[in-house]
Amino acid sequence: MRINTKRFAAGAALALVASVGLAACGSDDGGSGDGDGTTVTFLPKNLGNPYFETSDAGGEKAVKEFGGVYDEVGPDTAGPDAQVSYIDTAAAQGVNVLVVSANDPDALCDSLNAAREAGTKVVTFDSDTNPECRDLFINQATAEGIAKVQVDMIAEQIGDSGEIAILSAAANATNQNAWIELMEAELEASHPDIELVATVYGDDDDQTSFDKTAALLADHPNLKGIISPTTVGISAAARYLSTSDAKGKVALTGLGTPNQMRDYVKDGTVTEFALWNPEDLGFLSAYAGKALADGDITGEEGDTFSAGDLGEFTVGADGTVLLGDPFRYNADNIDDFNF
Amino acid sequence: MSTQTDGSAGAPARTYSSYSRNVALRVLMTREMAIVVALVVVYLYALGNIQFFDGPLTLFNLSKEYAPILMMALPMTLIIITGEIDLSVASTLGVSAAVTGVLVIEHDLSVPTAAVLAVVVGAVLGALNGFFVAYVGLPSLAVTIGTLALYRGLAEGLIQDKRIAGFPDTWQDWPTERIGETQYPNIVIPVVVLVVVFAVLLHFTTFGRGVFEIGLSDEAAHFSGVNVARTKLVLFTLSGAVAALAGVYVALKANSVATDTGAGFELKVIAGVLLGGVSIFGGRGALHGVVAGVLLIAVLNSALQLDGQGSEVIQIIIGLLLVGSVIASSNLSRVRALLPRRAVKTAARSTTTPPTPTPGDDTRKVVQ
Amino acid sequence: MTTLAPTRPTESAGVRVLRTVLRSRELAIVIVLVAIVLFATARRSSFVFSADGWRDTLLAPSILLVLAVGQMVVVVTRNVDLSIGSTLGISAYVVGKIFVANPDTSVFVVFAAGIAVGAVVGAINGLLVTVFNVPSLVITLGMMYVLRGALTHEVGSERINAQDFPAHFEKLGTQQVLTIPVLTIIALVVVAVVGYYLHTARGGRELYAIGSDPDAAVLYGLPAARRVFGAFVLCGALAGLAGVFSTARYATAFSGTGKDIELQAVAAVVIGGVAIFGGSGTVWGAAIGAFLLVTINRALPILGISEFWQGAVVGLLIIGSIVLDRVLSIRRQHRLLEARDHA
Repeated sequence: MRINTKRFAAGAALALVASVGLAACGSDDGGSGDGDGTTVTFLPKNLGNPYFETSDAGGEKAVKEFGGVYDEVGPDTAGPDAQVSYIDTAAAQGVNVLVVSANDPDALCDSLNAAREAGTKVVTFDSDTNPECRDLFINQATAEGIAKVQVDMIAEQIGDSGEIAILSAAANATNQNAWIELMEAELEASHPDIELVATVYGDDDDQTSFDKTAALLADHPNLKGIISPTTVGISAAARYLSTSDAKGKVALTGLGTPNQMRDYVKDGTVTEFALWNPEDLGFLSAYAGKALADGDITGEEGDTFSAGDLGEFTVGADGTVLLGDPFRYNADNIDDFNF
Repeated sequence: MSTQTDGSAGAPARTYSSYSRNVALRVLMTREMAIVVALVVVYLYALGNIQFFDGPLTLFNLSKEYAPILMMALPMTLIIITGEIDLSVASTLGVSAAVTGVLVIEHDLSVPTAAVLAVVVGAVLGALNGFFVAYVGLPSLAVTIGTLALYRGLAEGLIQDKRIAGFPDTWQDWPTERIGETQYPNIVIPVVVLVVVFAVLLHFTTFGRGVFEIGLSDEAAHFSGVNVARTKLVLFTLSGAVAALAGVYVALKANSVATDTGAGFELKVIAGVLLGGVSIFGGRGALHGVVAGVLLIAVLNSALQLDGQGSEVIQIIIGLLLVGSVIASSNLSRVRALLPRRAVKTAARSTTTPPTPTPGDDTRKVVQ
Repeated sequence: MTTLAPTRPTESAGVRVLRTVLRSRELAIVIVLVAIVLFATARRSSFVFSADGWRDTLLAPSILLVLAVGQMVVVVTRNVDLSIGSTLGISAYVVGKIFVANPDTSVFVVFAAGIAVGAVVGAINGLLVTVFNVPSLVITLGMMYVLRGALTHEVGSERINAQDFPAHFEKLGTQQVLTIPVLTIIALVVVAVVGYYLHTARGGRELYAIGSDPDAAVLYGLPAARRVFGAFVLCGALAGLAGVFSTARYATAFSGTGKDIELQAVAAVVIGGVAIFGGSGTVWGAAIGAFLLVTINRALPILGISEFWQGAVVGLLIIGSIVLDRVLSIRRQHRLLEARDHA
């Protein structure tokens, strides 16, 4: 009896070890994702973010147009390496194209390169990784252009002088930090009378951004304007301002989506904000991925490809494709958009 | 030596009454064995039914991602067996990653030097927890909720808005390079070493016996000659040091450190430990169960992702497993309680819930 | 020893009350709270003395206040509820969905719906904990995952925005009566009612008894399971109420609403001097703890603490307040021992 059970336990353990070992030896041809269409997986920074919902919807539209298979996966929070396991999974599934908005330029590199070695084409959009970890980056607008449009808007709204503050996303957010640096340079160069008194971080969380806005206003009674270069930040700040005495006195601008900002533009809290069209961004990314997967382009500078209704695009330096200029939304045009 | 004995399940949780059951039941009817079986079943099912699960990347990715969770689960097991808890591990991991990053990238220290310093820092942070719990007599749940916030705050203060990225290539690549031709990354080696060390420590040393005794009753352990306070201090220090080691790994693996590196890991670690059959009230548990518990979460996660399920489905399943496993185990003991022979055991268990952790009994130790 | 106040019959009631207040644990945090508000106001008078500042000082803590009261009632029975953040998220989403379906829905209906959703979740927690007699920490940790996962599954990337809420509801988020925000008034009523119940009612005292010694409470014949169940239902219902508050204040609801707030609620309870292993503490303490936790976050930038070190300061505050508890209880112990020796 005793011996039997021991043997059974040993057998079970062996079975486990064997199965693990067998799997280790099994050289499986995983990348057999042939079939009719190109498989395209979108991996946004996190799910539950309306900006990415819109961009990924654009991607889905494009994938349907060229008859591919669309999928969207993503972590629920935007940690620096939260996306790693999704990249790994996509690589294991052997998808043809992975379209990523990177939470961190370095953290994803190993995984992305492993995926590329496995034959997956990697396109980044919205937020880039280091150039050597992807095939193409679809840039929504140049960083300089994004910084400049925000500085221009705030300057127009506060009469080109006074104290302003920035409400950013997380303190380490790559995009935001790059834009903030350029905005500081732009302010210094072209708007000497505007003083940037504080930069605070709302962590792309509604409630934190809301509370930070309140704290900004309390701490800087002479504040004339706030720039929030993140869609979550600007809508939370607008919500606070709209209920505060500062409504109409403190200007708010930055990057936002029309649906989140509509009420605040109509009630006068916000005059004008900017964004590119995230749907076009996703659409273009999907077509770029398709062109790579089909071997039409390799991501070299000067390569050209067609992106459906958006027309022809040319790959620029460092494997970057530029979508266009940021678009300004205000009371006159906001009702034309629904995203 | 006899690390193989690890396979002979359930040994440590024995009470005298359990010897009266026959061997088959004793080995197989433990929670640990149930989890091991569940792990094997899920693994085999996934191999057969989930497309790409048998691919060359699955085990590699799984070990790479769950290595830090498994590492932190080891000391956490011992801490929970003593009836305490450490919620601050993920924040300690964050501090260690920040220290490593700042020292290597801002101050040009070599990676090994920075890693040693980070582990020392982690040990100190762990010891601070241990000091508050063991010598000041504060409840660990409250203390480590505080240090969860405090240590994460330290990581934020260290990193601020700086960009910490770009470790030297050799070091950055090592943890995730494959061991020879296998599917396993190098990090598996230290993890296995740690598993063996902690298994020996818990199940084959007097220190380990002391850990179980403390979990059953602080007082009884004290009177049977266990240095309760020192044991707890050692455990929390180990927890900090191991979390810091995991932090160094996470920093190198990601090649980048942010203020929220590792945030939320503590609940994954605790879920793994509890799923592995460790009683939250202390006094019961075994390391092979915990290893199986963490691996079960890892395999499920990987299989469900490959199957195209979102992270929320995985969350739901882990949650249900957690709820289901405690309910099942408590019902199991209820059924056993119906049998007269088990009555003794149940009585023994009901006294293990610490009767009155009012300031009273601990105070004496402190005041003396 | 003359400090043996509580039993000295010669003292007048007034002196006794004063003595109790002075020695109370709650007073310590009130002093810290007042000091912080004073310092902040000294640096920026607008911190309190401006319409927005006054309103925010009272309004900002209201959500955590409600959560902390619910958590306190559970903690006092030697349990804990980690699922309140997910419950809050579900309630907030339900509120949003109701308004999307029918923007004219009465505010009262929405409040009732939010509270009911929370109470149902609380009842599930309570049933699991009491019927199966399993540790609440594990159950509610599991429920936290399950509920958040279910919410995310249902909501996906959808977000309910300001444009989806009717004006009358959005206004509620900042509406004031005699300069006091409505949400704060509701929160204070909750504090008062629950506080009074726990302080005086038989059921309330039994919660303390259960938390002090669960086994003894059962042996004594207290309806322990029923009381603990009730505590979880109340905690869930208050988390549901907090969900309504959250939508009214932030005018948004999505899959991540209320994430991580459960640890803040536990922290508030701990800061407020409620013993994490049950049996002692007051609702007032938990409420003041919540007030302090929120206010210190608002005040730190004004006090000149760098953005990046604020998390650490909050951590120190939590540790500091538990250490303070310990010191106070050791001193009390000393006094009692001396008293016994003198007797």
